[in-house]
Amino acid sequence: MRGRRLSRNAVFGAGLSGVALAGVLNLAYSTWRWAEFVVLGVVFALAFITAASWAVEGRRKAVDRLVSNVVVSAFLVALAPLALVVYFTAVRGIPHFSAVFFTHSLAGVPPSETGGGIAAAIQGTVEQVFLATLISVPIGLLVAVYVTEYGRGVFARAIRFLVDVMTGIPSIVAGLFIYTFLVIGLHQGFSGFAGSLALSILMLPVVIRSAEEMIALVPKAYREASYALGVTRWRTIVSVVLPTAMGGLVTGVMLAVARVTGETAPLLLTAFDNNYLNANPFKGQQSSLSLIVYTQAQQAYQPAIDRAWAAAATLILIVIGLYVVARLLTRRSAFRHG
Amino acid sequence: MLAGAFVLLVLAAIAIFLVVRSLPAFSHDTKSFWTTFEWLPDNSPAVFGVAALAFGTALSAVLALVMAFPVAVAVALFISDYAPRRLARWLGYVTDLLAAVPSVVFGLWGLFWLVPHLTPLQHWLADNLGFIPLFADSKSVTANASRSIFAASVVLAIMVLPIISAIAREVFRQVDPALKEAALGLGSTRWEMIRTAVIPPSKGGLAGATILGLGRALGETIAVALVLGSSYAVNFKVLIPGKNTIAANIATQFGEAGRIGRPALIASGLVLFAMTMAVTLLARWIIYRAGAVERSAVA
Repeated sequence: MRGRRLSRNAVFGAGLSGVALAGVLNLAYSTWRWAEFVVLGVVFALAFITAASWAVEGRRKAVDRLVSNVVVSAFLVALAPLALVVYFTAVRGIPHFSAVFFTHSLAGVPPSETGGGIAAAIQGTVEQVFLATLISVPIGLLVAVYVTEYGRGVFARAIRFLVDVMTGIPSIVAGLFIYTFLVIGLHQGFSGFAGSLALSILMLPVVIRSAEEMIALVPKAYREASYALGVTRWRTIVSVVLPTAMGGLVTGVMLAVARVTGETAPLLLTAFDNNYLNANPFKGQQSSLSLIVYTQAQQAYQPAIDRAWAAAATLILIVIGLYVVARLLTRRSAFRHG
Repeated sequence: MLAGAFVLLVLAAIAIFLVVRSLPAFSHDTKSFWTTFEWLPDNSPAVFGVAALAFGTALSAVLALVMAFPVAVAVALFISDYAPRRLARWLGYVTDLLAAVPSVVFGLWGLFWLVPHLTPLQHWLADNLGFIPLFADSKSVTANASRSIFAASVVLAIMVLPIISAIAREVFRQVDPALKEAALGLGSTRWEMIRTAVIPPSKGGLAGATILGLGRALGETIAVALVLGSSYAVNFKVLIPGKNTIAANIATQFGEAGRIGRPALIASGLVLFAMTMAVTLLARWIIYRAGAVERSAVA
């Protein structure tokens, strides 16, 4: 098995000559084409390395090298969109940040003119997400406690299965449901609260799943110690299990919040957007950050599109900020798997 | 018990309310809802059908999966079997971050950055692979930046990639380490180990992951609504602008829809709900049987 091996330098050289070939071919164009250079460079580099390996190490080792390189390239391909989205949103959005942008609504600002901002949107998003959290967290916790601590047999398994199915509800369908149920069904009209109900449908399965996992991680010995002291099951859950799992529960809720903060489709049918400030989530149309990105992006004027980018940058900052903080919290909490 | 039943209640309520509220549309429809391509519910007489929308929904989702699947599996393999252990967890977090980017931001980026930058590729496909009906473009309508099903599918592929790769990761993690060690012990290279010990027991789980990704792609709304230049055409030419999906059609038409328009949109939403639930149920059933359930993002 231990035949001749390709040295590190030889691999590097073969790869580099592939990239160089792509560069030489690219000189044939009048302008430098980055996309073709990168794609051809990777293809040639992989081909050269495989060929060199085949000649020196034989077929099996060559195929192994090829697959390894393809897998690593695929990973980089998957990361490219993330980098591109974050980069372009930052570059096109952040220059349009200003005091006015964060303190004014879009009231009276036509799409063709600069000015106006996301004050109403931020307020709407904060209220809607806060209410959605208020609704989905207690229900989600109850379901998770039931499934992990009380549930037995077919019914508990079915609930667990349905929670997973529930993650598959398209967000626009959640919006349609609240529209039919609350907005026209109960004649409540469009409101921020209708939006938060739609959001809580999307949040619920995420909260349940993460809470389930965190509760399951609490060691059995903790529960048994509590039972041995004569504490009832319910008291054990409230004063031993949940506090122990608290760190993970908070992280789970934060990730769920991050997920719904960017939701647009359900709000389109429930909160319905509003250029004016509306502080009352229970009455009248409300704006949100995601809605402002959507509506401004569809305008034909550059000032509106600039506002869309700036609002998107704000949204990404909030979502990624929440995500990173949640991650740092898990690092500190007692229970995490390797 | 009651809390558990709540989940069941929500799912049932969604179905019931959508059915009840879409009924007015059916009584006004002058042509068959299932076979009509047009969407003019507020005309008199009302003419609308879900056929073109369902076609566009399925076409874009399938195309997205074709693009996302190989990359997603490679990403999962990279994290489970190639990357150094300590690094792997962090790389997992980074791919999860891709799932955290709001769809409206993907839509914005797709519309103003990706679509213009895809133009050369769409040209190239039309010029060199135009003999394949999928890429046919007889009137060269892709000459300008084309808000085509192809562009929408690329965005969809990016969006379903994290979910497919998250489940694939768990599926690969289920593989018995003894199998892998046995393969390596017999002198396999890493690829031979993956081909003989990791892939065969993972096939079912990967199928489930893919179908779940399909469910996501079917229901994605805002990114498609922004990227796709909508029309109600039905054809397989994926490079030319136009066509539409159920979800995107609801998002774009809802604001101006009238007395019959909204019930008609609700009816189309019901079709979407049925499609995604069927697909998701199938996927979850397969994934459960494979014994792999993805961890929530917390763990």
